[in-house]
Amino acid sequence: MNLTDRAFSWAAHLAALLTLALLGGIVVSLVLGASPAMEAFGLGFFVSKEWDPVQEKFGGLVMIYGTVMTSLIALVIAVPVSFGIALFLTELSPGWLRRPLGTAVELLAAVPSIVYGMWGLMVFGPVLARYVQTPLQKAFKGVPVLDGLVSGAPVGIGILSAAVILAIMIIPFIASVMRDVFEVTPPMLKESAYGLGATTWEVIWNVVLPYTKTGVVGGIMLGLGRALGETMAVTFVIGNFNQLNSLSLFEAANSITSALANEFAEAGAGLHQSALIYLGLILFIITFVVLALSRWMLWSLQRREGAKT
Amino acid sequence: MNAKATSTVSRQRIYRRRKFINRLALSLSLLAMAFGVFWLVWILWETLRWGVDGLNATVLTQSTPPPQVEGGGLANAIVGSLLMVAGATLIATPIGVMTGVYIVEYGRKSWLGKSTNFVNDILLSAPSIVIGLFVYSLVVARAETFSGYAGVMALALIVIPIVVRQTENMLALVPNALREAAYALGAPKWKVIISITLKAARGGVLTGVLLALARIAGETAPLLFTALSNQFFTWNLAEPMASLPVTIFKFAMSPYENWQKLAWAGVFLITLGVLFLNIIARVFLRDKN
Repeated sequence: MNLTDRAFSWAAHLAALLTLALLGGIVVSLVLGASPAMEAFGLGFFVSKEWDPVQEKFGGLVMIYGTVMTSLIALVIAVPVSFGIALFLTELSPGWLRRPLGTAVELLAAVPSIVYGMWGLMVFGPVLARYVQTPLQKAFKGVPVLDGLVSGAPVGIGILSAAVILAIMIIPFIASVMRDVFEVTPPMLKESAYGLGATTWEVIWNVVLPYTKTGVVGGIMLGLGRALGETMAVTFVIGNFNQLNSLSLFEAANSITSALANEFAEAGAGLHQSALIYLGLILFIITFVVLALSRWMLWSLQRREGAKT
Repeated sequence: MNAKATSTVSRQRIYRRRKFINRLALSLSLLAMAFGVFWLVWILWETLRWGVDGLNATVLTQSTPPPQVEGGGLANAIVGSLLMVAGATLIATPIGVMTGVYIVEYGRKSWLGKSTNFVNDILLSAPSIVIGLFVYSLVVARAETFSGYAGVMALALIVIPIVVRQTENMLALVPNALREAAYALGAPKWKVIISITLKAARGGVLTGVLLALARIAGETAPLLFTALSNQFFTWNLAEPMASLPVTIFKFAMSPYENWQKLAWAGVFLITLGVLFLNIIARVFLRDKN
C-alpha cells in the first residue's frame, strides 16, 4: 500500500464515521437540551396539556396529539389513493402514458413543502371551509358527537386541512414505493394467475399484494415518517393554537413541528426552550422507530427477491 | 338436468360478479390517478396565477420592504438562499461522495459499512426541523448569535444523506469486471476508484447533487433557528441571513397585503427553480442510462 492509497482509504473511512457520528450527535444534543425539562416534568409531559411559558409549566399532549392525528388522517386518505396510482401505473396505463404520469407523480414529491403550505393557507383552506365544513355543520346540527367534530369558525384552519395537505404530500412517496415493489413481482407468478383465468384485480389482490406485502407496508411507513416530521405545510394551516378542549377537526390546534417552528427562535434559554427540545426529541424517537421499521421491511423484501433469483 | 341448469346460472352470476368487481377496482384506480394529477395541476396553476401577479420589476433588485410600504423586492432573500445553498452543497458533496465510496468500495462486508448504510437511511428521512435543533445547540447557542454559517451547516447536513444514497446506488451499478480490469493493469485502489468507478458513475452522482440542491432550495424548517432572517441585504455569513423560504413563511403569515404579494412571488420563483432542477436532473440521468 502506498501513501496515497492509505490516505484515500482513511478519507473514506472518516467520511463514513462522520455520517455515523451525525446521528449520535443529534441524539446526544437533543437529550442534553431536553434534560432540564425531562427532570422538571418527567413522563407527566406526555399527558399534560398545559403549555404556559409565563408560569413555566409545560406539557406536550396537545402537540403530540396534533402530530399523531394529522399524520394518521393523512395516511387514511393517502394509502388507498397511492395504491390506486401504483396499480394504474403498473397494470393499466398504456405504455406511452406510463413515463409522463410517473414523472408527474414524482414532481409532486419535489414541490417544496412551503409551496404546499402557502397554497393550503390561501387557496385550499377557504375552499375546504366553504364547500366541506359549512355543509357538514348544517347537516350535523344537533347530532351529538358529529356536531362536535365539525364545530369551529369556517376559516379552513385546523387538523383536517393539515391532514389533507399532508396526504397530498405523501401520496407520491407511497405511490412510488408501491409501484417499485409491484414491479418486483415475478412475471411468471402473474402470468400463471392470468392463465388460470383470473381478472386483473384478482391478480393484484391475490398474487401481487401478498407477494409484496412487506414492501407495501414499508412504503406506507415511509410516508408516515414523512408526515410526522413535516413542518412547513402543517405550520401554515394548523392554526398554532394550544387547545384540546374541542376535538373538532376544524378547530385550530398545534403539532410538535409547528410549535417548534413558531416558538423556538423566540423562546429564551431555560425551561421553555428545553421543553421545546423535549418535544423535538419525542418527534425524533417516533420517526426513528417508524423509519427503522419501514427500512427493515423494505430490506427484507429485497433480500427475499435476491434469494429467489 | 335441473341441477345442471342452476349450476350454469350460478356460475354465470359469479362470472358477472367478478367482472364487475374488476371493472370497479380498475375505475377506482383510474380515479386515484386523476386525483393525484389534479392536485399537481391545481397547485401549479395557483402558484403561476398568484406568482405572476406578485412579480414586478423590483422583486429581483430591491430588498424586503417594511409592512404596508409599496415596492421593495426579495433581493436579500434570494442572495441569502443562493449563498447558503451553494455553501452547503460545496461542503456536503465531498463528504457524501466519500461516504458512498466507503459503503460500496471498502465496507461492503464490514459492520461500519452496514451501519453507515442504515444510519444514512434514517438521516435521509429524519425531520428537517430536528436537524435545525441540532445545529442550534451545536453552533447558535455557543456563538450566541444566529448566522448564515449555521444555516449552511444545517442545509449541508440535509444534503449529505441524499448524495450518499445516490453515490452508493450509482457505484453499485458499475460492473465489477471494470474494477478487476483496472486492478489487473496494476492500478492502486484509489486510482481505480477515482478514474474508473467514480468516473463511470459521474452522471448519476451529479444527478444526486442536483436533486439535493432542489431539495434544500425549498427547505425552511432547518433555517428558522439557524440563519433566522434579516431584513437587510448582506453578503456576510457571520450575520443572521434572510432566505427565500423563511421570508415567504414570515410574509405569508403576516396580515399585510404587500408582504403576501411578495410571498407569492417568492413561491413562484422557488417552484420554478426546483422544478427546473428536477427536470434537468432527470434529463441528465436518462441520457446516462
